[in-house]
Amino acid sequence: MTEKRRGIWYIYGILIFITLWYIAAILADLPIIPNPWIVMMNLLNIFMSKILIHGFYSLWRIMAGVFLAVIIGVPVGLCMGYFVKWDNALSPIVYLTYPIPKIALLPILMLLLGLGELSKIVMIFLIIIFQVIVAVRDGVKSIPKETYYPLYSLGANYIDIFREILIPASFPQFLTSVRVAMATAISVLFFTETFGTEYGMGYFIMDAWMRVNYLEMYSGIVVLSSIGLILFGLIDYLDRRICHWQYK
Amino acid sequence: MIQIKNLNVNYEAGGERYAALKDINLELAAGETCAIIGPSGCGKSTLLKVLAGIIKKYDGVVEINGQPITPSQQRIGFIPQNYGLLPWKNVWENIRLGVKIKNKKNNDDLEGLDFLIQQLGLAGLENRYPGELSGGQQQRVALARSFLLKPDLLLMDEPFSALDAMTREEIQNVFLLAWRKSSVSTILVTHNVEEALYLGQKIVILSGIPGTISQVIDNSLFGVEDIRNHRDFFQLSLELRKMIKEDWSR
Repeated sequence: MTEKRRGIWYIYGILIFITLWYIAAILADLPIIPNPWIVMMNLLNIFMSKILIHGFYSLWRIMAGVFLAVIIGVPVGLCMGYFVKWDNALSPIVYLTYPIPKIALLPILMLLLGLGELSKIVMIFLIIIFQVIVAVRDGVKSIPKETYYPLYSLGANYIDIFREILIPASFPQFLTSVRVAMATAISVLFFTETFGTEYGMGYFIMDAWMRVNYLEMYSGIVVLSSIGLILFGLIDYLDRRICHWQYK
Repeated sequence: MIQIKNLNVNYEAGGERYAALKDINLELAAGETCAIIGPSGCGKSTLLKVLAGIIKKYDGVVEINGQPITPSQQRIGFIPQNYGLLPWKNVWENIRLGVKIKNKKNNDDLEGLDFLIQQLGLAGLENRYPGELSGGQQQRVALARSFLLKPDLLLMDEPFSALDAMTREEIQNVFLLAWRKSSVSTILVTHNVEEALYLGQKIVILSGIPGTISQVIDNSLFGVEDIRNHRDFFQLSLELRKMIKEDWSR
C-alpha cells in the first residue's frame, strides 16, 4: 500500500467511527453520549491549556516502560533463542510468570516503589517485557539452521551472528509483540494513573468524570485513544521501513 | 592444497551411533575443481559440512594448505543448497556479507565487486531482495559473494539442482567463467552425472551407507571447448553412469 492510500485508509476509518458515534449520540440523546462535534470543539479549546501536560506524562510513562522492556527483553529473548542453556535456565521462569496478571501486582509495586513515576513505568515494563522475550525467542528459534552455515564457514563470531542474522530475523516478531502488548499497556497505564498522581490521561479522565464534566472526559478519551493510535501507526511505520523485505 | 586423511564422521540419533563417513582419503591440488557424486544419504553433505568447519566432531585429518580447518583462520566460501542468502539483505549487501565478516575493516574491493556484478549478470538488481529474485539470480548472488571473498576453498552443495535445465547450463558457464579468472579450489556435491563431468577436474564417486569413496576419476574432458556437444562427453557420461549404477547397487 502506498503512503497516500494508507492516509486515505486512516481517514476512512476515522470517518466511519465518528459517524457511528454521531448516530449513537442522536439516538441516545443523553448527556453521557455527547455529540462528537461538540467534543472536538471542546478538545480544541482545552487541549493546550489543560490536556497537553497530562498527555505528555502518559506518553513519557509508556515510552519509558516500552524502552526498558525492549532494552532488557530483546537481548534476553535473543540469547534464549540462540543458546540452548539460556533457554533451559530461563524458560521455566518465563513460562510460570507469563500468565500472572501483572496488574494484580500493582499494590505491591506501589508499596515497594512508591506512588510516583517508577511504579507506573515498572508496571508497563512488566506487561510488555514477557511478550517481547517470548516473541524474540520464538523468532530466533524459527530461523532454519542452514541460514547460519555460510556465516559459520566464514568464521563469524557471536557479534556477527547477532547483527547479521538474529536481530534482523526476529525483528518482525518483535514488532508484532510490541504492537499486541501496546494495547494492554495503554489500558494498564489508564488504571495506574488513577492512583497517586495528578498528571496523566488516566487522572484527567477520572477527574472529569468525578466532576461530571462529560465533555472534558470525552476529550480525554479521544486524546488517550489518539496516543494509542499514534504509537500503533509508529510501529506500523517501522515495520514497513525495516521489515519490508518480508513482503517481497 | 586440500588434504583429507582417514576421515571418519559419526553421529548420534536416538542414543545410537551411526557412521556417516568412513575412511575418506582425498587430496585436491590448489585451484582444482572436484565434483563429488553419490546417492542420497551417502554423506555428501556431511563431508561438505566438515570441510566448511560446520561439523567439528570428526576423526582424522582435514587440512587446507597444511592447516586444520578453522573457519576463522582460513577463507572458506560455502554455498548451501538454498544458496544461503539472507532475506533481509538486498543483493548488494548479500554479496558484501562475506568480505564484511572476513575483513572486519572496511577496505572493500569495490572494483572487484563491480566487475563481479557485471560478470555474473547482476547489474541493475543490486537493490532487490532475495525474495524478488529467481532461483538462477539467487545462485548468481551466492556465487558473487563467494568469489568476492577470494576463498582458499569454495564449497557448493548441489548448487544447481533446483534450477531448470536451461538456467542450470547458463549458471554452470557463469561459474566456470568466474572460476577461470580466480582458479579457486572448489568442491561441489551433485547427483547429476553431466554436471560432475562438466565442472569437475576430479570426480569422486561416493557410495554409502556409511559414505566411502569408491572411485576417483581424473576427468580428461574438463575445460574442452563446447564439450557438451562432444561425442566423448556422451560416451564418458554413459560410462560414468554405468560405473555408478554398478557401484551403488552393490
